[in-house]
Amino acid sequence: MTTQAAFDPGAAAARATDAILADTLHGAHRGVVVDSPPGAGKSTLVVRAALELADAGRPLMVVAQTNAQVDDLVLRLAEKKPGLPVGRLHSSDTDPYDKALDDLPQVRKSAKAADLTGLPVVISTAAKWAHVKVDEPWRHAIVDEAYQMRSDALLAVAGLFERALFVGDPGQLDPFAIVGSEQWAGLTYDPSGSAVTTLLAHNPELPQHRLPVSWRLPASAAPLVSDAFYPYTPFRSGTGHGDRRLAFAVPSDGSGPDRVIDEAAESGWGLLELPARRTPRTDPEAVRAVATVVRRLLDRGGAATSERSDAPAPLTADRIAVGTAHRDQAAAVRAALVDLGVPEVTVDTANRLQGREYDVTVVLHPLSGRPDATAFHLETGRLCVLTSRHRHACVVVCRAGVSNLLDDYPSTEPVQLGTVVKFPDGWEANHAVLAHLAERRVVWRP
Amino acid sequence: MSLISTLARLEAVATGHAQPAATVRHRHLSDRPLVFVPLTTAGEAGAPLGALLGTDRDAPRLLVVPQPRDRDLRFAFLAELADVVLPYVDGYAEAVEAAERTETDPETGKRVKVEAELCADAPQLIVPSRAGIDFVRLLGRSMRFRRTAEQDPETPYPAPPRVPLLGRWLTHVGERARVPGSALLLAMTDVLARHWATGQSSLEDQHLGALLAWIAPPDDEPGTEAALRAELARDAQGQLLCPPAGPATDPAFDNRLLAPAIERYDRARTAFAAAEDGLEADDRLGALTAAEREIRDLVLSRTLPTWQKVWQGLDLLRALPAGAHIEERWTRDRWSFTGHRDRITAGEPPQPRRDDAVTAAGKLAAREREQARLEAQEALDDPLVMAGRRLSGEAFAGEVTDVVMAYSESRRPSPRPLITVRTGDRPHLAERVRVYRSLSGKPQAAEFVERAGDDLIVLRIVDKMGRGKTPEEGSVPDKGDPVCFTLFEHEQRGGAKLPDPEQTPWTHGGPPGEAVLPEADPMTAEDLL
Amino acid sequence: MPPPRTRGTALRHRLAELRGTDVPAKAMDARALAALAANPGCERRAILDGAGVDKAALASALGAPSAFGQSQFALVRGNAFEAKAKADGGAELLRLVHEKLDRGAEPPARAHVPDLSAIGPEGRSARTALALREAVEARDWTLLDHPMLALDVAGSPAFLEPDAVVVHPDGSWTVVEIKSFPMLDGSADPAKVGAAARQAAVYVLALEQVAARLAPAPRVRHQVLLVCPKDFSNLPTASAVDVRKQRAVTGRQLARLTRIQDIADALPENTCFSPELPAAELTAAVESVPAAYAPECLSACELAFHCRDRSRAAGAVTSLGRAVRAELGGLATVGDVLAAAGGETGDPDDPAVAALRRAAELRAEALGRRAVGEAVPCR
Repeated sequence: MTTQAAFDPGAAAARATDAILADTLHGAHRGVVVDSPPGAGKSTLVVRAALELADAGRPLMVVAQTNAQVDDLVLRLAEKKPGLPVGRLHSSDTDPYDKALDDLPQVRKSAKAADLTGLPVVISTAAKWAHVKVDEPWRHAIVDEAYQMRSDALLAVAGLFERALFVGDPGQLDPFAIVGSEQWAGLTYDPSGSAVTTLLAHNPELPQHRLPVSWRLPASAAPLVSDAFYPYTPFRSGTGHGDRRLAFAVPSDGSGPDRVIDEAAESGWGLLELPARRTPRTDPEAVRAVATVVRRLLDRGGAATSERSDAPAPLTADRIAVGTAHRDQAAAVRAALVDLGVPEVTVDTANRLQGREYDVTVVLHPLSGRPDATAFHLETGRLCVLTSRHRHACVVVCRAGVSNLLDDYPSTEPVQLGTVVKFPDGWEANHAVLAHLAERRVVWRP
Repeated sequence: MSLISTLARLEAVATGHAQPAATVRHRHLSDRPLVFVPLTTAGEAGAPLGALLGTDRDAPRLLVVPQPRDRDLRFAFLAELADVVLPYVDGYAEAVEAAERTETDPETGKRVKVEAELCADAPQLIVPSRAGIDFVRLLGRSMRFRRTAEQDPETPYPAPPRVPLLGRWLTHVGERARVPGSALLLAMTDVLARHWATGQSSLEDQHLGALLAWIAPPDDEPGTEAALRAELARDAQGQLLCPPAGPATDPAFDNRLLAPAIERYDRARTAFAAAEDGLEADDRLGALTAAEREIRDLVLSRTLPTWQKVWQGLDLLRALPAGAHIEERWTRDRWSFTGHRDRITAGEPPQPRRDDAVTAAGKLAAREREQARLEAQEALDDPLVMAGRRLSGEAFAGEVTDVVMAYSESRRPSPRPLITVRTGDRPHLAERVRVYRSLSGKPQAAEFVERAGDDLIVLRIVDKMGRGKTPEEGSVPDKGDPVCFTLFEHEQRGGAKLPDPEQTPWTHGGPPGEAVLPEADPMTAEDLL
Repeated sequence: MPPPRTRGTALRHRLAELRGTDVPAKAMDARALAALAANPGCERRAILDGAGVDKAALASALGAPSAFGQSQFALVRGNAFEAKAKADGGAELLRLVHEKLDRGAEPPARAHVPDLSAIGPEGRSARTALALREAVEARDWTLLDHPMLALDVAGSPAFLEPDAVVVHPDGSWTVVEIKSFPMLDGSADPAKVGAAARQAAVYVLALEQVAARLAPAPRVRHQVLLVCPKDFSNLPTASAVDVRKQRAVTGRQLARLTRIQDIADALPENTCFSPELPAAELTAAVESVPAAYAPECLSACELAFHCRDRSRAAGAVTSLGRAVRAELGGLATVGDVLAAAGGETGDPDDPAVAALRRAAELRAEALGRRAVGEAVPCR
C-alpha cells in the first residue's frame, strides 16, 4: 500500500502542529480544539503554542486541571525558554505548588492574580481561575486537559479570556459529578458534561484538529488502542515495528512471570492469566503476581532500545509503573512490592496515571476476580488510560473468566434523550482488548 | 454498598428483623407535616385519579377525579388540591425572624452581610415513595404555566385562580428535594431506608408496605414473610391486600374495579345530561352521585392503607433521637422556602421549563457542596456512619498515647504540638495529609507526620489553639483521651464564582436573552392534564 | 461432527421436548429478544426462552405467579396514540423522520404506504422484504406500517413486527418506535427510553438481515426514531435515539444463544417444563437449570418470584442485590458471610474475611454491642 509506505509520522505530526498554530495565532475563530491521543505530544504542543503566543506579545492565561499539571507546565516552559517571565497563580493552602518552582527566578508565584498582571504568561488551575475577577479579559487562553474539565468549570472561567486553544485527550476518563445531574442531560450546557462537548455544541464551526501520531505508544500498541478507543479519530504510532526493542540480560526461569515478560518484550503485550476465582478487590494472589512481575522485570536486567538514543537504556524502577482501578489495590501492590524490596516503582490508579509515561507498565485488570462487572469497571477511559501509558510493553495480570463476566453483564442502561452516545462503550472496548490479549496469554498457577 | 451496610442487611436476613442503619435521625421532621398520597391514571402522563392528604392523621381529605379524561373534573381536583396545600404553605410565610444573609454589593462587588427576613419554620410535604416525588414535580410542571382568566382573558380553558401558584410551589419543593439532606419534600421509603437495613434489596425497599414489614412486622412475624404478604397477597377478588403506595395503581384494580366503576359513572352522567324534566334529572342525579361515591370509595380504599403506613413511618422515625446537625440543614430549607416566598411576592415569573447554563451550574455546585456537607455531618452525628468512614480509610479513632510540645519555625513561634494516636483503623494517610477532628463543634486541623508503629500515628496539630504561645485550655488532647480524626473536611468551602446569566460566555451560547413569560402548554381537545 | 443442519434440527427437537409435547412454542417477540440482554448470565432464562416456554404459565404452575399485567387504560391510550401518530397516511410520521434524521433530503411530499397484507408470518415477511426492495428502487419516502421481519434466533426464525419502518429517498432504512409515555420538555423517562432502544435494536438487527440479501445492501440506520406524545398533549413529537450500543450487545447475545445447546445437553433426560406437570416435578425440572437471580429480575422476568424464593432459601447474598457480592470475594451465602464476620470460619488472611471482621467489629462498637451474633430486633 503506497499510502502506508509513504506515511512519514514526523511530517504528519508537523503538518498538524503547523495547522493548529496557524489557527491559534491567525485564525478567525474564537476557539480551536485539538484532540490528542495518548503520547501524541500534547504537552509539547501546549508549550510551543504558549511560547509563540508570548512571542507575539499576546498576554496568555493557561488553565490546567490539577496543581501537578500546572507545575509541570511551568517547569516545561522554563526549560524551553528560561528567560520568559511566568506567573504561577496558586491557592492559599499549605504547599500550594511544587517546591522546584522556588529555584526558578523568572517564575513569580502568588495567590493573588493582581500580583501577576503584566506577565506574558500566567498559569493556574481551573478551580483557582474561577475565583479571579478581571476588568479586561486576557487576549488568549490555553485550556489544557479540556476533556477532563467539566462544563461548569469552563463556564466559571470563560469570561476571563477572549479566545482560546482547547487541548485534551477524548479517550481518557470523563469528568463526573458526585450528585445526580440527570435533569440537565441532553442540554447543550449540561454542567456535568465535558467542557469540549458544551463548547462544540454552541460553536460547531470551530476548527477541530487532532494530533495524528502517538510518539509514546509503540507500533504494537497503537493499532489496538486506536481501534478500541478512538475508532472515529484513528492515530498511528510514530515508530515502526523494529524501532523499539526490549531485551533482558537474564534468561527466563520458565516461571509464569518470566514467560509473560518475554511475551510482552517480544510482542508488546502480555496477559498473565491466573486461575478463575472470585476474589475481593485486593486479591492477594493477583497482587503478588503483579509485584513478582515487577521484581523480575528489574532482576532480569532489562534494556530498552528506542529511537531516542543509539545505546539501550537500562530498564530501571522509574521506568516501570503499575496501574490499578482502585486505591486499595494500589496500596496492596505497594505493600507487596515493599515485601519484595522494590519500594520505588510508581503504583497508582488510572485517575492518577493520566498523562504519565513509562517504558513498561504492569496492569491489574479492573475486572480480575470480580463477581460482576459494573459501570465503573467498564468505563472506557479507565481501560484506555491503563493500556496506553507504555513505550515498550504492557503486562496485564488477570484471572480467567473475564470474557464471561462481560457476556453476563446485564445491559439495561437507561437512555437520556439528546445526549451524545459514547461508542464503542467500555463493554465493547473491553471485549476488543481481551480478544487481543488472549493471543498473548501465559497461563499461570502460582 | 459498604461492608457495614451489607452486614446489617445480612443480619436482618438472619434475625428476620430490620437492623439499624443509623443511631440517630438524619432528617428533620416537621411537627405538622402535610402527608400527600396521590394516585394517577395508568397510561395518562400524570393525570391524577385522586389523592388523600392532610396534616391530621385522623382526618385526611379525599380528592377524587371520577373521570380522569374530563378537563373540568381535573381542574376541579387541582383547585381543591390548591385549597388544601396553599393555606398550609402560606401558614409558614408569616412568622419570620431577623437574620443575616451574605450578598454581593452591586457597587463594590464585595461580599457583605445584609439584614434579612427568615421564615421561622417551613412547610414539609411527605409522600409515600420516590415515585411520589416525581409526581409532585410533574404536577408542578403541568400547573405552573397555566393561565387563569384574570391573567389572560382570551385563554380558552382558564385554570382556577390558585392553580398556577400551586404549580410553582410544587415545582419548588420538587426541585429542593434534589438537594442532598434537604427536607421540604421527603419520600417515606427513602427516609426509612436511610435509617434501617432490611433483609431485602434496596429495590424491594421501595415498596413501603414491604419495607415497614421488615422494620415493624405485625405480631413479630419474620420480616421475610410479612414483606412477602405485603407485596403479593391478594383477596378473593384478586386485589392486593396492601395496595401499592402509588401513584401508579395495580392493573388488576384498574381492570376489575376502576374501569367498570368509571363506565357506570360515564353512563350515569350521560343519562343525567339527557334528562328531560326535573323529576327525571333528580332521579338521575341520585344515580350519578352514587356512581361518583363508588369511585370515591375505591380511591379511598387504595390510598387509606398507604396513608396509615406513612404515619406509622413517621412514628418510627420520631422515636429516633435527632442528629446534631439536622437543625442546621433545616435552616437551609427555611432559607430556600423564604427565598421562594419572596420571589412570588415580588411578582417574578414561574420557574422556566429548563434551567439556563448559569442556573444549572449553580445548582449542581450547590448540590455537590450539600452532598459533601451531608456526608461529613452524618458521620460526625452518628458513630455508625463514622464506622463506615473508618472502615473505608477516611477516618480513624483511637486513644492519645503521647503529647509532645513543639513550635512553628517563624518569627513568632506558635504551638504545633505532636500527638501520637493508637488506632486499629487503617486510614489512607500520605505525607502531610490534613486530618480534622471536631473541637466543640468546630473542626481542628492536624497534619500527618509519620507512622510510629503498626498502630501508632503521629500528628501535628496546626490550629484552633489560640493566639498565645501556650495552647488554650482544652485545645490539645491529653494523653489517654479518645480522639477521632477524619480525612474529609467538616465544612464546605464556597464554590466558584459564576457569571450572571446575562454575562454567559460565548463557550456556553452567550446570554440567554430577555426573560419572557413561558408560553402555556397548548390546550388540545385530548390533552391530559 | 454432524453437519450444522442436522444439529439444528436435533436441537429444535430437543427444545420441543423440553417445552412438552403438544405445548405450542411461545413466539419470540422483540421484547423477549431485547430481554436477552437483561440478565444474560441466567441459563434458566436462556433455555426457557430458547425453547419457547411460556414463562408466565410456568410461573403460575410453580405456584409463584408473575405480577405483570397491563391496565386497560394504558392499553387504550397506547393504541389511540399510535393511530394518531400514523394518521393522514403517515404524513406526520414522515415529517418527523425528515426533521429529526434526514434534514438534507427532500421533504416528503406524499407518503407511499404499501399494502403489506399477506397470509401467515412467512408470507408477511416475504411481502415486507419485497416492499422494502421496491421502496429502495423508488427513491422516495416510503412508510411501512407494521411490517413483518424474520430474524434467525438460534436456528429458528422469530417473527417481529415493528411499529413502522421508513425508507428514505437515499434508500436507507429507519426503524420507528411509537411509545405512549410522554416527552416532557424534550426529555423522557430514561428507563423507558432504554427499553425502547433495546427493542428497536432488535428490529435493526432483523432489518440488517433483510438488507444483506439485497445487492447493493441498503444502509440500516443506527439511529432510530422514537415517537412519543408531547408534554401533556396527545400530539406526536420525536427524538432520534442512537442504538449502536444496544445493537452491539443484543447482536452478541443472539450469537451466544447457540450455547442453549450446551445447556440442553447438561439437563437430565426427560426434563420437561410443561405447565401441565405436577408442581413438584416441574420444580425439580426448573431447579435442574442454574439461575442467576438478582432483584432486577423482578421487573424483567415472569419467573422472578420463584427464583427469588429459591435464591433466598439458598441464602444467596445476591438476593439482596448484585452489588452486595462486590466485596465478599468467594463468600456467596448469608451464613458463610456472617460466620466469617463473626470469626467462626474463614481464613483471616483472606482480605475479604479480614475486612468483614473489621466491619463487624466497627459496627458492633458503634452500636454499643459486643459482637456480630448478638443482633437484636430494633424496636
